[in-house]
Amino acid sequence: MNKPEYLVEVRDLKQHFPIKTGMFSTTPLKAVDGVSFTIKPGETLGLVGESGCGKTTVGRSLLRLYKPTGGQVFFEGEEVTDSNMTALRKKMQMVFQDPYSSLNPRMTVEDIIGEPLDVHKLYRGKKDRREKILNMMELVGLNAEHATRYAHEFSGGQRQRIGIARALAVNPKFIVCDEPVSALDVSIQAQVINMFEELKDKLGVAYLFIAHDLLVVHHIADRIAVMYLGKIVEVASADDLNNAPVHPYTLSLLSAIPIPDPHIAHSRQRIILEGDVPSPMNLPTGCSFRTRCSYATQRCAEECPSLTDRGDGHFVACFNK
Amino acid sequence: MSECLLEVKELCTYFHTEAGEVRAVNGVSFSLEAGKILGIVGESGSGKSVTAYSIMQILAENGRIASGEVLYKGQDVTKFNKSQLKGFRGKVCSIIFQDPMTSLNPVFTIGFQLEEAILLHTGKNKAQARERAIEMLTLVGVNQPDKRVKQYPHELSGGMRQRVMIAMALACEPDVLIADEPTTALDVTIQAQILELMQELQKKLGMAIILVTHDLGVIADMCDEIIVMYGGRVCERGNAEDIFYNPKHEYTKGLLRSIPSIKNAKEKLVPIAGTPINLLNMPKGCAFSSRCDSAMKICLTEMPEEVRLGDTHLASCWVNVKEMMKDGGAKE
Ligand SMILES: Nc1ncnc2c1ncn2[C@@H]1O[C@H](COP(=O)(O)OP(=O)(O)O)[C@@H](O)[C@H]1O
Ligand SMILES: Nc1ncnc2c1ncn2[C@@H]1O[C@H](COP(=O)(O)OP(=O)(O)O)[C@@H](O)[C@H]1O
Ligand code: SF4
Ligand SMILES: [Mg+2]
Ligand SMILES: [Mg+2]
Repeated sequence: MNKPEYLVEVRDLKQHFPIKTGMFSTTPLKAVDGVSFTIKPGETLGLVGESGCGKTTVGRSLLRLYKPTGGQVFFEGEEVTDSNMTALRKKMQMVFQDPYSSLNPRMTVEDIIGEPLDVHKLYRGKKDRREKILNMMELVGLNAEHATRYAHEFSGGQRQRIGIARALAVNPKFIVCDEPVSALDVSIQAQVINMFEELKDKLGVAYLFIAHDLLVVHHIADRIAVMYLGKIVEVASADDLNNAPVHPYTLSLLSAIPIPDPHIAHSRQRIILEGDVPSPMNLPTGCSFRTRCSYATQRCAEECPSLTDRGDGHFVACFNK
Repeated sequence: MSECLLEVKELCTYFHTEAGEVRAVNGVSFSLEAGKILGIVGESGSGKSVTAYSIMQILAENGRIASGEVLYKGQDVTKFNKSQLKGFRGKVCSIIFQDPMTSLNPVFTIGFQLEEAILLHTGKNKAQARERAIEMLTLVGVNQPDKRVKQYPHELSGGMRQRVMIAMALACEPDVLIADEPTTALDVTIQAQILELMQELQKKLGMAIILVTHDLGVIADMCDEIIVMYGGRVCERGNAEDIFYNPKHEYTKGLLRSIPSIKNAKEKLVPIAGTPINLLNMPKGCAFSSRCDSAMKICLTEMPEEVRLGDTHLASCWVNVKEMMKDGGAKE
């Protein structure tokens, strides 16, 4: 049998949360509403979009922290949408944004990294366990002397290293990284971004790298998917997305990023979007972006544009661009 | 030369804690001219907010201004009595915060809170205050202001709340607006709206702005003058051109190298080594010396003095002193 091309394939993923809106009624909150993408072995797909657009929910649904309400997830060509959580965890892991709340402060570094090893019984004897833990620590740039210290003794950047060491302990092929550097100061952020990139080169691990900072994502990702209100509106290689964005939302998102270069900042034209994002409980008809879009036409209110190939793996969901 | 509105001189602000005295701000000086936007940038814990709160005299209970002056048109704000302060805050100098909910009261309507702020500082009557409230909401781009005044803070989006905060801060036409991370909690497209609004209002109303942020991108976009802070001290100051294209302090250089940009997408980032500032364990010399790749012996033991490097450009880093001495020596 030949190897499947994709490590991860997501087809029409939906996550509708039932929200109580009255004594007997619920309204679906469409957090993720038909998302499809693929990730090749060793590839990094960046997922960007503003808060509430559904990025975290995509990650959590992939890892079955939520049961998806629709769609399919394939791992190495095999459908895993309904498979057992523990088995899945050996293949996919997750790293979270907040290194302060995602690690138990009363556990030592050794125990935190050892926990997944225990769960999946991945060692022979105490000595092997300790060796594996120290290996992981070295891999993420943690000092072996720190093994017996508690998580709360570490700074944000160090805690993020502990988090990723724990994720790597089961030797997964795929890691969902949910805003792993967003809470860190830029000087520390650079250390952690470099670590992610080194681990990718060394271990060939693939990432779904979720962030709201497009410059960070551009740096780390091979391809980037842009989400708006539960849907992917554009996917392209990182360079194409930055150099030749097509979707009106991507255009305004790119023009809104503060660029730490005064000449560029002053010479470019900001595309200021009017108003706020609509509620995912009350989505506009047709294209969800049309209420803020300057290209919108009658058709945008009537039909929902689907992602279409514009060549070279550049996909865009828009009728008018 | 333009009028100097606010002058901060050798400001030192300390906090009393169980672990010891936290010297959050340690000899910060700057002056602010009318109509200018001054940016204060630095990583978290560098003393940006404490500097801002010291100007406003709104420090936490365990904090005190240990020494230094905050001069407004020549008068020392740190010596103001209660009634002088009441006249100063809001009317002369206003502040907005990262999280508008810290200053909006959840149990009162937007309109009520705006009117209160206006009544407190002006001789207006209730009807006039309501009129002014609606006028301010319109000014800051809040749609349907006559409907909004009846709403509560939680009914508004984050971006709308920040607009309301700006309206409240500007209601009494202060000379100085201090904005402490005003867009940090907002998404980029909303951030762009708010920054654009602040620029517009600054042009229209002519107030000076102190913009406090950790985001060098926001600074590059907005500021005429920039102060870079580290460990409670100013390590470099200059205009945007100086700071972004000719940084002279090793910390500023390190910061600029460590941020992902459009240009360096294919290169490895160059992080700043080490861990963030610990104010309880500061080096004797330069605050940055424990993380600095260029640190020399003198950096560890002696605090570098601020050296002028150009008309607008100053930095406190021994590397510059050394280079100047070398140049001076060569000339002789
Ligand atoms: N467990 C949940 N129950 C109900 N609604 C949720 C839940 N998790 C997320 N949401 C909602 O789904 C939407 C997407 O959230 P999220 O995936 O966290 O967005 P992002 O990570 O892009 O900020 C938001 O409107 C959020 O309020
Ligand atoms: N009330 C307080 N008590 C003790 N320490 C404080 C207090 N407020 C601020 N600090 C300390 O002062 C330093 C500077 O804080 P701050 O000005 O808020 O930093 P920034 O705004 O640059 O992130 C930090 O180390 C912070 O912990
Ligand atoms: S489909 Fe229409 S509304 Fe949607 S982004 Fe394109 S032009 Fe705008
Ligand atoms: Mg999220
Ligand atoms: Mg602050």
